[in-house]
Amino acid sequence: MRRVSEEDVKYVAGLARLNFSADELRTLTGELNRILQYFAKLNQVDTTGAPPTAHVLKVKNRFREDTVEPSLPREEALKNASTVKDGSFQVPQIME
Amino acid sequence: MELCDLTIHELRGLYARKEVFPSEVLASVTRRIHKVEKDYGAYLTLDLEGAAEQAQAADARIKAGKALGVLEGIPVAIKDNLCQAGKEATCASRILQGFVPPYTATVVRKILAQGAVILGRANMDEFAMGSSTEYSAVKESKNPWDPQRTPGGSSGGSAVAVAAGEAIAALGSDTGGSIRQPAAFSGVTGLKPTYGLVSRYGLVALASSLDQIGPLTKDAEDSALLLNILSGFDPMDSTSVRVKELDYTRDLQQDLSGKKIGLPLEYFGAGIDAEVKRTVMKAVDLLKELGVEVVEISLKFTEYALPAYCIISSAEAGSNLARYDGIRFGKAAARIEDNLAAFYTRTRSEGFGPEVKRRIMLGTYVLSAGSYEAYYKKAQQVRTLIIKEFNEVFQQVDAIITPTTPTTAFKFGEKSQDPLRMYWSEVCTAPVNMAGLPAISIPCGFSCGLPVGMQIIGDHFMETVILNIAYQYQRVTDYHKARPEPVRKEGTA
Amino acid sequence: MRFDTVIGLEVHAELATATKIFCACTTKFGGAPNTQTCPVCLGLPGALPVLNKRAVEFCIRAGLALRCEIAKFSKMDRKNFFYPDMPKAYQISQYDLPLCRDGFLTLDCGKKIRINRIHLEEDAGKLTHSTGTERYSLVDYNRAGVPLIEIVSGPDLSTPAEAVEYLEKLQRILEYLEISDCKMAEGSLRCDANISLKPIDREELGTKTELKNLNSFKALSRALDYEIKRQSELLAAGQAVRAETRKWDEAKQQTLSIRSKEETQDYRYFPEPDLVPIELDPAYIAGIAKSLPELPDEKKQRFMADYGLPEYDADLITSAKRLAEFFEAVNAWYFNPKAASNFIMGELLRLLGEEQLKSAEIPVNPASFGDLLKLIDEGEISVSVGKQVFAQMFRTGAAPEEIIKAEGFKQISDETQLLAVINKAIKDHPQSVQDYLGGKEKAAGFLVGQIMRETKGQANPKLLKDLLHRELEKLKE
Repeated sequence: MRRVSEEDVKYVAGLARLNFSADELRTLTGELNRILQYFAKLNQVDTTGAPPTAHVLKVKNRFREDTVEPSLPREEALKNASTVKDGSFQVPQIME
Repeated sequence: MELCDLTIHELRGLYARKEVFPSEVLASVTRRIHKVEKDYGAYLTLDLEGAAEQAQAADARIKAGKALGVLEGIPVAIKDNLCQAGKEATCASRILQGFVPPYTATVVRKILAQGAVILGRANMDEFAMGSSTEYSAVKESKNPWDPQRTPGGSSGGSAVAVAAGEAIAALGSDTGGSIRQPAAFSGVTGLKPTYGLVSRYGLVALASSLDQIGPLTKDAEDSALLLNILSGFDPMDSTSVRVKELDYTRDLQQDLSGKKIGLPLEYFGAGIDAEVKRTVMKAVDLLKELGVEVVEISLKFTEYALPAYCIISSAEAGSNLARYDGIRFGKAAARIEDNLAAFYTRTRSEGFGPEVKRRIMLGTYVLSAGSYEAYYKKAQQVRTLIIKEFNEVFQQVDAIITPTTPTTAFKFGEKSQDPLRMYWSEVCTAPVNMAGLPAISIPCGFSCGLPVGMQIIGDHFMETVILNIAYQYQRVTDYHKARPEPVRKEGTA
Repeated sequence: MRFDTVIGLEVHAELATATKIFCACTTKFGGAPNTQTCPVCLGLPGALPVLNKRAVEFCIRAGLALRCEIAKFSKMDRKNFFYPDMPKAYQISQYDLPLCRDGFLTLDCGKKIRINRIHLEEDAGKLTHSTGTERYSLVDYNRAGVPLIEIVSGPDLSTPAEAVEYLEKLQRILEYLEISDCKMAEGSLRCDANISLKPIDREELGTKTELKNLNSFKALSRALDYEIKRQSELLAAGQAVRAETRKWDEAKQQTLSIRSKEETQDYRYFPEPDLVPIELDPAYIAGIAKSLPELPDEKKQRFMADYGLPEYDADLITSAKRLAEFFEAVNAWYFNPKAASNFIMGELLRLLGEEQLKSAEIPVNPASFGDLLKLIDEGEISVSVGKQVFAQMFRTGAAPEEIIKAEGFKQISDETQLLAVINKAIKDHPQSVQDYLGGKEKAAGFLVGQIMRETKGQANPKLLKDLLHRELEKLKE
């Protein structure tokens, strides 16, 4: 099993939009490696021919009819927002 | 014995005969809360005024001789991850501080429709990640049997509320053991239904393919009563199942003779406390006396179930928790920079606790480019084998019995610094979620004064079978009636 | 160095369902911001998606029309990325098992363009960026959760013209299927392009760039032209093309780099645990196949064969389903295809305006229109009067007879009445008469024009011509 480096952990933190201090990063890298080591136990299992299971029950084709129902009043939709402007959710400038 | 120590079915009898009224029961529960809550910390928020109004309305209905709901005038606690319109739902996380859902979870709607009196919102591990309530961002709940010890988790607050008489019953959620494990630690009965039997609509998701809502109660009969209300198809949850409506109290009285129970060797092996094993085996012996046939079975994928569970639940959790970004709801970081990505990162880094971050990191990692096949897909394949193995065993037996937890309640700080040791708390319960099976944990004795839980696992949608076994066991034992010391004292005072 | 151009298009079409893909909010365009949202499409904690049956049906319609295989087993997946227009921070889409795959679309020259896949996914909300000094963006989630299909072509298009034709045909087909409004201006049809160049003597493809923001046919065509020029100059100079995403800048008329492929996002796709798999009954799919309308190319061929229309006419009239249906209804009432076609192409299209054509009802009753053509054919009114009548029918919806009566448009077929006007014209325009008598036959045309003006176009043209000719010949003698 490949060990993860602090760089790897930083990359994953970036994907998850989390930030860690240098100390936290070091601790976390150690923890993740121990946990991943534990996960590697799964390599002992021969899973040849075993399809992956995403849903435990064989439920399928669950649809709704295309019928309109009332939406939330706007003030309800916005009431939990951190910043609202002109009936919209305001977010900081997006920098590409 | 105080009114607050009674069960739903006992109170229903008293109400029906108009011997007792909901307001009196609520008063008793309120007295208990005032007495012990400061020590136990079962609740995050209490709404006793709202509860009083509900109780008075129930009084009036009873006095007027109107048709009563199944939960008419029954004070219950609900876990803080269940949405109720107008009530703050935080999942014991800083990031959800101030979030007031504009809608109500299906299960909450259902219990309200049956007249339940909602007391407040129970403490939990943050986003249901944990087995002790130590990961709650707000506070730890204490085990009433020994306040130095955790009540288990993540539905720890729900378990404590029921154990200490701070509620007649409670709702919890179970992803890898979060109902059964605290039930075992706190000496109450906890049922995790078959995946899909209870709607998840309005349950703040941890791991969507594993989460299930269920009751924590004082006995199996109350579990059955609550399941009657919670279960049923919900068009708002695509994974909810259309099954024939069933009265889950129907088979409680059935004789156990002829029932076949499997004891999986793997659940009585290394890592399981010897005293816990002995206590569960003693309970199994008692079941034999009740006519149950016991056979040894093997579930050889057991040791892989926990790591596979950790991978799948973290992956789903990482994705489910991505929406907490401080924009539409929850607590946002200060907008000190004009940059969205920095705002996201600050909000999330300030808002989530260490365990949640750890799981998000794990979940993000196992799905990231280059890791998917080795971890996520592998875990899903192992899941297939686990399901298959359970299916095969259920060809031979009606139920499987195991310890609910590898140990009795552990002390605060004992495991919270070591994630792997904490995850181990779910070693007996997580495989059940992986296979989507129903299981109930019931008190089956004590070890050094701490409750031991016995887990009874059934085949898919066979809740009636495990409830029947649990009920018959409780009929001839009184472990489920035992109350922790401080509560007993108060009760006799 | 000479290069082959390799182009593939990714087209997103918003489906014309009444509700969003996973909740019962309306999909209506143009509502006030955040008035068409609910816990599900806002991604509130605890809310769960339930798939809109019609969205699945529409995706399959598109797949069948584009000759795709419809998946026996399909599922939804999560595509994880943070962006404020995507409320859950993941888009529910389809990854490895799309509903439709391996189809094709045929260009007029007969070339088949492969359709690699068509999958179902949810749209994002709308972002508006501040323009002042205070820098922020506003998010409106009304569009979040509107169903989309993404249609991915193979890298089979060789010129910008082919790309435009492909997109036009695709748009026409989706419109015929009545599954999308296909309005590029409103964003209900969006197009991204992948383009690379390769030296003609080589097999392997060159490095491609992905072009975004191609919001009109013109933008598609120009962006591809620009990119061909840019890439070929780079390659000719011995430089490498960078794998990157570029945006078409309408104002600057050029493509600009927005993201290199090294920064490609790690989307961490995995099966959506909140939605169960889709396993469709073959009978259900066969039912949809049976309900498919005649598609634009088939209709065009039929119009040429059955109505004897020239290709140009057939193409234009089948460009919108409504128009083609109108044409057929007119001819069912009164059969004169070429006259109907001329009127539709000339008058109706002008009155409707190009864009209106796709959505607006045609305000003319086909039977009345047939009556009008009949009146012209029977000499009751002239073609030019017919056009005036048609314009009024378009505005008021009145029947042609009523308009003719009210306006006094009846054709003048009375010889005495006509002769009076003819003789007046001969008297008023001696020069033209001289010209005619001197052998300039065309001069008669001028006189006809004068007479028509005098009679407000109501003179029976055939009779007028005969009488004028007779009168002029008389002068010769």
